[in-house]
Amino acid sequence: MNFVKGYLIPRLISYFLIIFIGLTIVFIVPRLSPIDPVQQMINTISMMGTYMDPQAVEKLTETLKDLYGLKGNLWQQYIAFWGRFIRGDFGPSFFRFPVPVSKLIADSIPWTVGLLSVSTFLSWLIGNILGGLCGFFYQRKWARVLENIAMIIRPIPYYIFALILLLIFGYFLKIFPIAGGFSIGLVPSFSLRFIIDLIKYAFLPLISMMILGIAVTLQTMRLIVQNILKEDFVLYAKAGGVKERTLLFKYVIRNAMLPQITGLALSMGQIFGGALITEIVFSYPGMGTLLYNAIATGDYNLIMGITAISIIGIATFILIIDLLYPLFDPRIRYR
Amino acid sequence: MRVLKDLLKDGRFKFGFIVVCILLFLAILSFFSPYDPTRWNIFPRDLPPSTQHILGTNSKGQDVFWEATFAIRNSLIISLIAALISRIIAIIVGLVAGYSGGRVDRVLMSISDSFLILPLLPILILISSLIKKHLSLVSLGLLLSIFGWPWDARLIRAQVLSLREREFTYTSVLSGSSTLSLVIKEYFPYILPLVFSTIINNMGWSIGLEVTLSILGLSNLAIPTLGTTLHWAINYQAMLLGIWWWLLTPIVISVFLFISLYLLSVSISEYSDPRTRVQRIGLAKE
Repeated sequence: MNFVKGYLIPRLISYFLIIFIGLTIVFIVPRLSPIDPVQQMINTISMMGTYMDPQAVEKLTETLKDLYGLKGNLWQQYIAFWGRFIRGDFGPSFFRFPVPVSKLIADSIPWTVGLLSVSTFLSWLIGNILGGLCGFFYQRKWARVLENIAMIIRPIPYYIFALILLLIFGYFLKIFPIAGGFSIGLVPSFSLRFIIDLIKYAFLPLISMMILGIAVTLQTMRLIVQNILKEDFVLYAKAGGVKERTLLFKYVIRNAMLPQITGLALSMGQIFGGALITEIVFSYPGMGTLLYNAIATGDYNLIMGITAISIIGIATFILIIDLLYPLFDPRIRYR
Repeated sequence: MRVLKDLLKDGRFKFGFIVVCILLFLAILSFFSPYDPTRWNIFPRDLPPSTQHILGTNSKGQDVFWEATFAIRNSLIISLIAALISRIIAIIVGLVAGYSGGRVDRVLMSISDSFLILPLLPILILISSLIKKHLSLVSLGLLLSIFGWPWDARLIRAQVLSLREREFTYTSVLSGSSTLSLVIKEYFPYILPLVFSTIINNMGWSIGLEVTLSILGLSNLAIPTLGTTLHWAINYQAMLLGIWWWLLTPIVISVFLFISLYLLSVSISEYSDPRTRVQRIGLAKE
């Protein structure tokens, strides 16, 4: 009971608070902007040269207002916004007209989730192990070298880094394909050929996200490990003759993993943004590329849908990590 | 001056400092540019680097070198605006939350946590896709500053929380000095180092987002920045046409800028922490 009251309920409250604040931003910001999307749409249509009599324009305005959820006063709009959101209805996409936004997003989500989960998991794991080694053997030369490499790679933004990899491997060396999710003409199936093709296309985006992820995790892990090495229990274990390998993995890295789990939850928003950007560079068929098309065609509903979905996705991910955390940390479990 | 001398003993600071100085020099050079960066077709297109055009010309008929100087200047201006204003927000939120504690603290911190966790990029894309025609250097800086404060507000709050429990706070409250003067006179000296080390970090962050947004075409593309230069180079297929000097110039400049800003901030924050200062620079400041 204590656990539910002291741990679970605050987490659930903050989960709903994040979604509430995020979606309220999504609702308010477009309404603060000086541009009226309905007027813009009508301008686009009339710019194409179609003549419309005033009555038709009025009718069109009504329909568009309905589509954009701009009917009634601000409060009614807000209620309607939440109502539609709970039903998962983001209206039709304008870039592929009658297709609903939710269908487009549902089609692209598996690609993004696949790329994101594999790269995040692997880079978190590798980064932690390398960072732990770097922190533990901080006097060795290779640790310094690794650390300096991480320091140089870390500040480079996702877009630039992905672009550099694309230039080197896609254009100059021509080892990997430069765009897409799988070869044109290949039908998605569970055959070996398709899977190899999938890996080949996913390799560059995956690697570019992983290298950046590893650099960040490595650096924070090294700092945490170096602080843990100064703790009394490490000194005591050393004095007690615990083997170096046991000391490293069971005493130091295990303890240092805990803040890293929280760190992963906190930086997930950033990593997700990076995944979107990486997808755009490599034209990977996930949500990032969908977002890019939405930007290019001014598809406001689609941008809004993707933003809302990503807010919920990130918040849910953080909630899951928070709920799993007691499994790793006995101090919370037995409180 | 002594601080600078001490800092320069750190190799990372030296590298960052030199690179930033060179880039600043280039940015200042843009004031003496013989050409208007917004005009197209001044020169023949796609000339490779030569003595006349140090970095060649691009498909828009502009000199790549002089355009790059404007790009550096504008990107630095955006990042400075974003960093300064988000610093002000961070200081105010951090001080209020840390000093008043209790419910105010909890509310402010849960707001800043939500800002921290929210996926920033889609939200920024949503906003800037709506107002991109109205985005100037200043408004882009303001937009970024709205999202740049939460982490640093947390750092400042943590510092204030520990300061509040110190003796001198009680002395000053009991001797009747006002809260405002206590905060400004007694707390600011402790907070300022934090502000300085985070300001550089925040500048790098802002330039990164500016580059990302501009590449996606979500800012005013008429203003040359590092991001818009890249946007044009990618849009004109500089990669396929082999106009490497156009594409590589903004990439190389921005990579150097990001790395040097990061090294500066790491080095400064280690310097402002006395424990690591001794270790890194081999010098204890009395």
